Amino acid sequence: MTATAPAPAPAQDERLIQRSVLRKLLGRPELGSVVGAIAVFVFFSIVADSFLRASSLSTVLYAASTIGIMAVPVALLMIGGEFDLSAGVLVTTSALVSSMFSYQMTANIWVGVGVSLLTTLALGAFNGFMLTRTKLPSFIITLGTFLMLTGLNLGFTKLISGTVSTKSIADMEGFASAKKVFASQLTLGSVNLKVTILWWFGLIALATWILLRTRFGNWIFAVGGEADAARAVGVPVYKTKIGLYMGVAFAAWISGQHLLFSFDVVQSGEGVGNELIYIIAAVIGGCLITGGYGSAIGSAVGAFIFGMTSKGIVYAEWNPDWFKFFLGAMLLLATLLNAWVRKRAEATA
Amino acid sequence: MARVRTGVRAIGAVLAAVLGASLVGCSSTGGKRAEDARKAASAQGKAAVNTPRWKFAMITHSGDGDTFWDIVQSGAKQAAVKDNIDFLYSHSDQGQQQAQFVQAAIDQKVDGIVVTLAKPDAMKDVVAKAAKAGIPVITVNSGSEKSKEYGALTHIGQDETIAGEAVGEELNKRGRKKALCVLHEQGNVGHEQRCAGTKKAFKGELQNLYVTGTNMPDVQSSIEAKLQADKSIDAVVTLGAPFADTAVKAKGSAGSSAEVDTFDLNAKVAAELKDGTLGFAVDQQPYLQGYEAVDLLWLYKYNGDVLGGGLPVLTGPQIITKDAAAKLEDYTKRGTR
Repeated sequence: MTATAPAPAPAQDERLIQRSVLRKLLGRPELGSVVGAIAVFVFFSIVADSFLRASSLSTVLYAASTIGIMAVPVALLMIGGEFDLSAGVLVTTSALVSSMFSYQMTANIWVGVGVSLLTTLALGAFNGFMLTRTKLPSFIITLGTFLMLTGLNLGFTKLISGTVSTKSIADMEGFASAKKVFASQLTLGSVNLKVTILWWFGLIALATWILLRTRFGNWIFAVGGEADAARAVGVPVYKTKIGLYMGVAFAAWISGQHLLFSFDVVQSGEGVGNELIYIIAAVIGGCLITGGYGSAIGSAVGAFIFGMTSKGIVYAEWNPDWFKFFLGAMLLLATLLNAWVRKRAEATA
Repeated sequence: MARVRTGVRAIGAVLAAVLGASLVGCSSTGGKRAEDARKAASAQGKAAVNTPRWKFAMITHSGDGDTFWDIVQSGAKQAAVKDNIDFLYSHSDQGQQQAQFVQAAIDQKVDGIVVTLAKPDAMKDVVAKAAKAGIPVITVNSGSEKSKEYGALTHIGQDETIAGEAVGEELNKRGRKKALCVLHEQGNVGHEQRCAGTKKAFKGELQNLYVTGTNMPDVQSSIEAKLQADKSIDAVVTLGAPFADTAVKAKGSAGSSAEVDTFDLNAKVAAELKDGTLGFAVDQQPYLQGYEAVDLLWLYKYNGDVLGGGLPVLTGPQIITKDAAAKLEDYTKRGTR
């Protein structure tokens, strides 16, 4: 859309009307989810005694960050109008590649980490490339990748390690420094903050800047809103989509390295089912499933709601048999509140 | 297009740099080289008998990539090599799928079937079909109470309730007051039995906690949250070896002093038992379940032997503490314990 000739805008063009700060705030996609998050936070502060402790909040933040790191690029991808069902197992793939490459080659850990980055990005590019070339829905393409990766994770691990989990690489060179980067803790007073929280905030800032301040950000909204129209005005639709899938892959690499360096050993069957949690976080955060609308901050709020709910239920010490029910009900309520607030906001805006 | 080509060239350059680095950037500690150095030539073995090459199929309820079932399988394979058996393995965590695999084995006219009865009702008909087709069936791991009724020769495994009780008694012995039982698969009957058995024998209070087993950060943060919520918990019992180490990490983050104990073994658990990070592990010897199942089928075919006298043959629970762990560490590393 930046390529269109400057329209001879009449002075009363609605796009140029000055809006008050409040109005602007109400128009933000994450507004509803913020209200939902506050509601969940207040709720658990009341029902769970230990929820408000600083150490508890750091646990909640950690849980949110491991979802949130992936929810950021998944949200961008959804704004661009696509899904990625392979995102959950891609995280495991990324961890398996670094671990097994370093181990088998007896190489410095950082070499494995680098190889993993290239492999993961290539898999992301594969998703995007297949999608744009075949024009099949992303649901089919990434479901295929999801199944293939699940099989490859298991098959390769078994073939190379002889067992279904990787061997420990904790005694190898470079492990300590890599652990610092991907899985260390920062101690502030009596509270331990995991480094994933920093990665998460960094990704949110980066994604928000891309979405709102760069040409690529405009392209994302354009291809998600109306791909044909976007192409007509010169937006490189294919490149944008491939880029978005590679963004998901990049975040999967970060999460995968965290998984590897915080647990030393990776189980090849992990990650299945997490892709849905990332998508849920993005949707709670205000991304439309149909594309063209949403924000990175929203996905973070969605991840935070998910983290608060799943850990809050533990802090509240409710009967664990009903855990999944509570989780589902809380998420549904938070999302409904989110939708309601947005509707009200749109009505007044 | 030119930009794309530069991109390709850039990726090529990075790839070359990484591969170059991998040649010089070697680790002088750990890794494959250390393993090769460590590995004593373990005999792969040849057939020890000259009976016909019978075909046995093993069908389990394992999910994809499960460490435990991998060990069962290596036991079965070892026995198959020794007994000159053509060994087939398939698995599915869906009862219906598992039953179809058993049916496939019957269709293939195998000479013996090893099957788990984690979902007994789904397996009832096919096991009866196998018996009708004259194929001997041995059940392993789970389903001891149904094994005989369905017409299996014998059952080899651990009674989960008895194993849980052993854990409860060990906790009593260690003077624990309040324990947490961490279930990593909601709705798994065996898991429930383990925790229920522990609860029965344990004189203190036992609480259950459900975590998502396929998501390690979730396992860690959930245990962490629970330990923060209830400071009086002085023992954490995990139901699978990979979760024990995660529980240790969670305990560290939560600043708890609870003792971590676990079901099942792996290399990490053995090492942590040795250095005292873990209290004890209760092992059901999965290798033995696979090995004995194949070997007993062979004995039945060759000699008409049956073991157990109508009662299940128990492979556990074996409680492993610090002293025994040192010896077992090497076995866990090669994936047979």
